[in-house]
Amino acid sequence: MRPARIVVPETAKVGEIVEIKALIQHPMVTGHTAAGANTEPRDIIHTLTVTYDGAEIFRADFMPGIAANPYVAFTTVATVTGDIVFTWTDDKSEVTTAARTLRVP
Amino acid sequence: MKGWRTGLAIGLALAVWRSSPGLAEEASPSLHPATEYLSTGMKAEQADLARNRGMLWVDQGAALWRQAQGVAGKACADCHGEAEASMRGVAARYPAVDATSNRLLNLEGRINQCRTTRQQAQALAYESNELLGLTAFIAYQSRGLPVNVATGGPAQPYVEAGRKLWNERQGQLNLACAQCHEAKAGHKLRGDTISSGVGTGYPVYRLEWQGMGSLHRRLRACQLGVRAIQFDQGAPEYLALELYLASRAAGLPIETPALRR
Ligand code: HEC
Ligand code: HEC
Repeated sequence: MRPARIVVPETAKVGEIVEIKALIQHPMVTGHTAAGANTEPRDIIHTLTVTYDGAEIFRADFMPGIAANPYVAFTTVATVTGDIVFTWTDDKSEVTTAARTLRVP
Repeated sequence: MKGWRTGLAIGLALAVWRSSPGLAEEASPSLHPATEYLSTGMKAEQADLARNRGMLWVDQGAALWRQAQGVAGKACADCHGEAEASMRGVAARYPAVDATSNRLLNLEGRINQCRTTRQQAQALAYESNELLGLTAFIAYQSRGLPVNVATGGPAQPYVEAGRKLWNERQGQLNLACAQCHEAKAGHKLRGDTISSGVGTGYPVYRLEWQGMGSLHRRLRACQLGVRAIQFDQGAPEYLALELYLASRAAGLPIETPALRR
């Protein structure tokens, strides 16, 4: 588990568009080897999935060109009170999950 | 190799400038935090704590604050309680001379003093995520508060030592800190805009580092730029410089965690 932070509004009305932002600490080692440069094997987060109340609402495939400590933001429509769960998976199969509850009274 | 090239490029950029004497005297009367010279996008990113990557380290520091450590089996929070109250304004007073040891301590040094003497744990290494995290977390409690270090009494010799280093030419390029950060503040140096060199947002998240770094790491980069001998993080020279920088920056707000290029 790596340090991660998710920012979600605490509450939203049904049908409201909410913005969700997330950061995770990860070096995103590209594995690219120029002469004399980095020779570490590639280790990037390759997949991020996000579920809301159990259903997948967002998925991203990350590429080696993405900077360290990647930031993601997207919007979704508030429907019911439920957990928004982020799952990041890297090349070493290390999985980090973090969740926030969106309340839709 | 990379550092050498940077040094050479700076050398070429400054070759003309070095030949004109007396530039250090053109010091600008007002100081500007480096944030003022950031692009609009980076300014917004620094201000938005949901996007500011430095907050990842602040969170780590917050977690460490509550973890029991060392032979004493105590957490920082066991003695200091909620950092939001007990650490508010503390970073604005550092570096400071420690009354018991009579040594100049910056925030990193102060944290490590509690680690070793109060928690009876190993000192944390400079630039480790743990020390950067705790330092950022404590400095974050002073975000927006004005820098307010003691410069008199036992601190005075350190301020003077720092001032001397600031004005002393050094390195193969033979440049003093003041020649860049006073005489040339606001001017371009390759892709950078030279700021007043106040350092009020450290530890910072720097894009070039792809991570968080301490003020002393930044000072090493400045010394490398002029091809001078770099000091180690935590060296007495850097501590004195840090205090002098803070004395110059009196009244400017703490910006930790700041974002830098
Ligand atoms: C066993 C109790 C104890 C523990 C545990 C402890 N401290 Fe302290 N700390 C103190 C005391 C007492 C002082 C003030 C007296 C002194 O040592 O100068 C202090 C002072 C400080 C100061 C300076 C405050 C100021 O106003 O100048 C900082 C910063 C600090 N501690 C951080 C930490 C951190 C971070 C941790 C955890 C890594 C920690 N402390 C753990 C007892 C503790
Ligand atoms: C060749 C010009 C040059 C010299 C000489 C130089 N620096 Fe810098 N310094 C820079 C540049 C460029 C930056 C990055 C842009 C900025 O923030 O100013 C920088 C950044 C800094 C910062 C970070 C400012 C911030 O808030 O992020 C501090 C502090 C600093 N320098 C202090 C020093 C000290 C102390 C010395 C002398 C040991 C020194 N510099 C020498 C060019 C220089």
